[in-house]
Amino acid sequence: MNSASEVKATSPLTYGLGLILAAGGLMGLFLVANARDGAIALHGYLFVAFCTLGVFWMIKRHYDGADPIAREEGGVLYNDGVVRAGCIASLFWGIVGFLAGLVIALQLAYPALNLDLPWTNFGRLRPVHTSAVIFAFGGNVLLATSFHVVQRTCKARLAGDWAPWFVFWGYQLFIVMAASGYVLGVTQSKEYAEPEWYVDLWLTIVWVVYLLVFLGTLMKRREPHIYVANWFYLAFIVTIAMLHIVNNLALPVSLTGAKSYQLFAGVQDALTQWWYGHNAVGFFLTAGFLGIMYYFVPKQANRPVYSYRLSIVHFWSLIFLYIWAGPHHLHYTALPDWAQTLGMTFSIMLWMPSWGGMINGLMTLSGAWDKLRTDPVLRMLAVSVAFYGMSTFEGPVMSIKAVNSLSHYTDWTVGHVHSGALGWVGFVSFGAIYYLVPKLWHRTRLYSVNLVSLHFWVATIGIVLYITAMWVSGILQGLMWRAYDSLGFLEFSFVETVEAMHPFYVIRALGGALYLLGALIMVYNCWRTIRGDLKEEKVAGLPAAAPQPAAAAQ
Amino acid sequence: MTPDSTYEKVAEFAATYGLLYLMVLFAGVLVYAFWPKNKKKFEEAARRPLEED
Amino acid sequence: MAFKHAVIEKNSILLLVLTLLVVSVGGLVEIAPLFYLESTIEKVKGMRPYSPLELVGRNIYIREGCYNCHSQMVRPLRDEQERYGHYSLAAESMYDHPFQWGSKRTGPDLARVGGRYSDDWHVAHMNDPRSVVPESIMPGYPFLAETTLDVRFIADHLRANRGVGVPYSDEMIEAAEADLLAQVTPDTDAADALLERYPGAKVANFDGNPELTELDAMIAYLQMLGTLVDFETYEPEANYR
Repeated sequence: MNSASEVKATSPLTYGLGLILAAGGLMGLFLVANARDGAIALHGYLFVAFCTLGVFWMIKRHYDGADPIAREEGGVLYNDGVVRAGCIASLFWGIVGFLAGLVIALQLAYPALNLDLPWTNFGRLRPVHTSAVIFAFGGNVLLATSFHVVQRTCKARLAGDWAPWFVFWGYQLFIVMAASGYVLGVTQSKEYAEPEWYVDLWLTIVWVVYLLVFLGTLMKRREPHIYVANWFYLAFIVTIAMLHIVNNLALPVSLTGAKSYQLFAGVQDALTQWWYGHNAVGFFLTAGFLGIMYYFVPKQANRPVYSYRLSIVHFWSLIFLYIWAGPHHLHYTALPDWAQTLGMTFSIMLWMPSWGGMINGLMTLSGAWDKLRTDPVLRMLAVSVAFYGMSTFEGPVMSIKAVNSLSHYTDWTVGHVHSGALGWVGFVSFGAIYYLVPKLWHRTRLYSVNLVSLHFWVATIGIVLYITAMWVSGILQGLMWRAYDSLGFLEFSFVETVEAMHPFYVIRALGGALYLLGALIMVYNCWRTIRGDLKEEKVAGLPAAAPQPAAAAQ
Repeated sequence: MTPDSTYEKVAEFAATYGLLYLMVLFAGVLVYAFWPKNKKKFEEAARRPLEED
Repeated sequence: MAFKHAVIEKNSILLLVLTLLVVSVGGLVEIAPLFYLESTIEKVKGMRPYSPLELVGRNIYIREGCYNCHSQMVRPLRDEQERYGHYSLAAESMYDHPFQWGSKRTGPDLARVGGRYSDDWHVAHMNDPRSVVPESIMPGYPFLAETTLDVRFIADHLRANRGVGVPYSDEMIEAAEADLLAQVTPDTDAADALLERYPGAKVANFDGNPELTELDAMIAYLQMLGTLVDFETYEPEANYR
């Protein structure tokens, strides 16, 4: 029971942190006093608030007893509190991100919704959407699940006492500073890396602590082998650190102003950005979520992963191929041809490990296929893996230069991203959250299994509407741009192609609205589960005569 | 620099050392994954998530 | 458990190190050569750093997220060259910190939009895009014309650019604020001095309003896009990429 003693003790390190927080608060005050622009002043205030609350929290924690709903399992007192917080944050940011997406989708269909204001125009809100879904929703899901998985598979309590909480709250501060910055016009303009230099620095600090917590827990483990899900999480954490630091190298105009200038320019900056951008997909949205797949699919299906050996091959081939694929975002640009060809080649090769992973995930269900009928959570996880397979096939196809010459700059790319984001990342996250919520709050099951089923269908229809609309509009626009009339002139002006997009933009917004609706159903279901409610219901798919207890057992 | 020299140099490198690098990496991973001594360890690891809780 | 500790720690650190090694190779091999290859670092005749007003306009372009819908990269495809003009050269974005190539064309490419439309058209278009292009789905930016340009820290901006490699001279930094104002006051000595420092810059009262606004800066930036390189004298063979 070495873990119990670690739970409570105010160490010199803790005092050190208190001092650092106090110093941070003073730095925030300095920023506020000397701010060159409103955004950095606001962020100075936020930082002061963060540090002050942090100090209070540490004082309170010093006098508090143990976590009231913590429970010992297998001789280990797990830190479930931070995982619970991560689940709630995921649900919250998920709604924010999907809502922002719906708003900007509607703005593209009905431009009057931009309201002619700086804070509400598409250009400022689009990063709010992308960052909210990727970093706020996806990031919190990864935080929560990685903290859960690493503890359970290592049979060890999360390393550090305050550190996991610092990671959690520090990450929320990062999100709030990033999003409020976008609305106020603070951006580096690098897609998926828009936050300015000081927010980047803050994230770097948080991320290093995240790495230390994760690594520290791996070191404390009581199992000889590190379970493969943790490999994916570790690769995600380490690689994102590397990508984040290199891509955000910039020189601030002033230490009290938000604006900075990127260290690299032009071609070099473009390749650095897409090396980052594509690997943000590869390591944040793929490797991290594969970690989720390798734990939660076996768990929910109650069967070991189909082939552990395949998972090892999957891991190494995925990470050593993915890192090369970035240049496919820059086909036919001023990037040298050799780099484009290299990017294309590796993107096509990437198909193999991706499908290796998909097969491994899906085949885990072999012998338990019948569970797909009765367990909508497992169905969600299985469909997410299927979407993973679909978008990792579409991706290599789109990286072929000839295809890319048509698809690039069009909605086809947007559709591709969303089949991965809504189908794979979204569904695998929902599945993990549906698994975690009853477990973390010690409920026998979810409030309603039928609501999960409803969520599944509403969201699936939403995805289908979304991606088919984007396929049609993307390919249509690509073809219209290059269409020639019989006299050899370009057939369509640009704005005619914009006009042709309108119906698809409406359908896309409808798809997004359904997806948001599904997420709201999930929030309701999770909220009732947390409250401790259980809905009496017949579970669809089970024979009508099946008695209730069978359903309750999931 | 003449038009194709960089491209050709890169292509040549990719077809020789680059290929070797990837094949060695891949072979290493396969050997590790299929090494008979590791079999039991991996099977135990695969059961790990299902054990407790 | 204690006796195993060393091995276990080594394992997780080993995994971390191997992962880092494997993932850093791709980036190094692809990115590093771009800093040495002639085709990506050569200078093409006509390229110069942005004038202070253009730079401020560019920062507004970035602030409003224009890159989300407009690319600045003409690909060497027949239809794009007919629609937008000569394909973009690496050198044309050599002073772009950060680059603005974009990834989506919800609106048209802007790499060569400079000089295509009149200043008046831009004023009307930014104020209400649908007043000049009825089918447009672009947001309106009427607030640009109403916002006075913040000129306080312009010299610091030039200095930061010099810090990342843009060749702004001491003279340019010293004259930054004067140049900023000069670009909206045609036919003055200050404007001549500006043109000497930034050849080819367009000097005009862009928004038609005596006050120096954000719209002045935005239009100054849009009107210079893609105009610096003279393609009459440009020889692609010498600059093959």
